[in-house]
Amino acid sequence: MSQLEIKDLHISIGEKSIVKGFNLTIKPGEVHAIMGPNGTGKSTLAKAIAGHPDYTITSGDVLLDGQSVLAMEPDERARTGLFLAFQYPSEIPGVSIANFLRAAVQARMAEGEELDATAYYKRLYTKMDMLKIDRKFTARAVNDGFSGGEKKRCEILQMAMLEPKIALMDETDSGLDIDALRIVAEGVNAIRAGAQPPGILLITHYQRLLDYIVPDFVHVMYAGRIVKSGDKHLALELEAKGYDWVKKEFAAATAS
Amino acid sequence: MSVSSPTAAVGSFTQAAFDAHLAKVSHLPAWWLDRKRAAYERFAVAPMPKRTNEGWRFSNLAALTLDGFNPAPAACPFAQMDHHELGVTGAGHLVFANNRLVASQPLAAEAAKQGIIFDTLQNALLKHGDLVRAHLLTQPSKLGSDKFAALHEAFLEDGAFIHVPKGVTAPLPVGVFHYACGDGTAVFPHTLVIAEDNAKITVADFFRTGSGASPAPRAFACGGNDLYAGHGASVTYVAMQDWSRETLSFQFNATLARRDARVLSLNLHAGARQARHESFSQLAAPGAHSEMLALTVAHGTQEFDQRTLQIHQAPNTSSNLLYKNALLDQAKTIFSGLIVVDADAQKTDAYQSNRNLMLSDDAEAHSLPGLEIQANDVRCTHGATSARIDREQEFYLESRGIKPAQAQELLVFGFFEEVLGKIEHQELHDTLTDIIREKFRA
Ligand SMILES: Nc1ncnc2c1ncn2[C@@H]1O[C@H](COP(=O)(O)OP(=O)(O)OP(=O)(O)O)[C@@H](O)[C@H]1O
Ligand SMILES: [Mg+2]
Repeated sequence: MSQLEIKDLHISIGEKSIVKGFNLTIKPGEVHAIMGPNGTGKSTLAKAIAGHPDYTITSGDVLLDGQSVLAMEPDERARTGLFLAFQYPSEIPGVSIANFLRAAVQARMAEGEELDATAYYKRLYTKMDMLKIDRKFTARAVNDGFSGGEKKRCEILQMAMLEPKIALMDETDSGLDIDALRIVAEGVNAIRAGAQPPGILLITHYQRLLDYIVPDFVHVMYAGRIVKSGDKHLALELEAKGYDWVKKEFAAATAS
Repeated sequence: MSVSSPTAAVGSFTQAAFDAHLAKVSHLPAWWLDRKRAAYERFAVAPMPKRTNEGWRFSNLAALTLDGFNPAPAACPFAQMDHHELGVTGAGHLVFANNRLVASQPLAAEAAKQGIIFDTLQNALLKHGDLVRAHLLTQPSKLGSDKFAALHEAFLEDGAFIHVPKGVTAPLPVGVFHYACGDGTAVFPHTLVIAEDNAKITVADFFRTGSGASPAPRAFACGGNDLYAGHGASVTYVAMQDWSRETLSFQFNATLARRDARVLSLNLHAGARQARHESFSQLAAPGAHSEMLALTVAHGTQEFDQRTLQIHQAPNTSSNLLYKNALLDQAKTIFSGLIVVDADAQKTDAYQSNRNLMLSDDAEAHSLPGLEIQANDVRCTHGATSARIDREQEFYLESRGIKPAQAQELLVFGFFEEVLGKIEHQELHDTLTDIIREKFRA
């Protein structure tokens, strides 16, 4: 089981500084929820950790099991065990889910090792059944013409297939109807119940998701850093009161 | 007309070379030999393309030399070739090397019993002369290569003849393989497909260099195909151009679709140093449909020059052209397409699209789409786009652990699938996919 350490991370897009001193350690198997107003840098944080080329890490470090991932290319980071469930997954016309996932699984095998196609499809269908995704989807192009909810389910399908050590889940609940939310949450909980549960960073705007995927910690992100941390009750408080009081506390603290 | 340098105009294809060629085919019908003589005349007097010729805009004219080729290459035994099958179990095939038949697999008994003829052009000229005469090279050359089309007719030695009688559906695709072996070899492949009323057939042509010899042999390939679809007939034609990277290649297509006929042609381009492909579709009667598809993988300094013409001559006809190019390195592609709608071809539905995927900053893609519409109640659309690989898509794939080279390959295949997906025969689809994959890695 693995641990992710994010140390005093600063991230810029071009000249613009977005994440400013973000610190967090996710111990093995823990679920950390991150909440925060729009535009505060949550997706920036997740994508930069995954290695998106638009984002520059200006200082700080990200360690997976004590090893910095910052010098690695995005594909290496993924093979090392990082997984990002995107807020807005890309549509890839012409590339079927089956071929895409097979390429991702194959990329994790040793040179010269052959993929057992029967076993692969068996595993894929089991995970699809768990997430109540029609098996016909394997022939469809990745996210192409998918509804918002189908895209999010497809992200979790990938997470289930690739068995990451650390999963960064960016608003996986947005776009899901109530039934789909339950199905996706059950899928994530099934992954958590496995022998090697991943550490999870769960970005969300809605407390509702946290009823299903119960977090060990809840953090509020504002102006590029964590400004408040607590347990699951903090999410309920935010739901009731909004972010104004957090912003005020933060303004008072930084003014003094 | 400039006649200052006769050798520049005919290159290696001199009168003496032509006479030697005629002597080899003297057993063929007199009408055909007469046509060949007339074709040679046209070839010899026609000038080489000039810079000012609109049909050759952007083409590398300096490299279009006819010198240094061998118009009468020696026979090449089948055993010397690195032959790949069509990948369709039980399908008939003909294999030509240096213009001569070297191997064949006849049609399955079932297909032959239905009266389908799959034979060499020479045999067809002798046994089915009227059919050949009615369909072989009867369409004019309209896209700029009249000189080279005449050369093709003059030196055409042998090729494939496919005739499907009325109402017959060929149970399997057939494969035709043309190989060029040896340095300087000139080949003149031809495939003639005649689908009578309500007949149905799929034909695949493969053009390859005999073996993976290095350095790549220099060759000259000047080939053509005629596709004829009678009333309600359906013809699917696939061609894989994979000559050596030192080949100068010409391919001329003429398609004629009668009432309610449907023709789909898919040209894959991977080989040659410089390859010119001219495709001419005539929608001759109401309800005719032509699907003109092409995929190109352009590497190194290869040049692919594609010129197309869709002529709608009757009402309620439709055509759909989709040419997709993937360009790497310093490769260059040219697409020039024209849709012509005659005055009485009302309710025409014509589409033309050229899409270029730029995988290198040094590659060059030129697009010259065009419309010429005389009717007033038509729907014609055309467009051209050039784009790079989408970075977000690339990142998405890489974020799943897929290595950059493989991510790029997946995205190129995603780009091609819109075209490849139109090949309904699964085994043929897979064969083509494998060939392109191999090309992409080369
Ligand atoms: N590629 C980009 N180019 C320019 N600005 C960007 C880019 N990506 C993000 N930003 C900006 O960075 C800031 C943080 O955006 P980010 O997407 O990280 O916010 P977020 O916290 O995920 O918001 P939301 O809750 O709406 O998803 C915003 O002001 C956004 O406009
Ligand atoms: Mg976001």
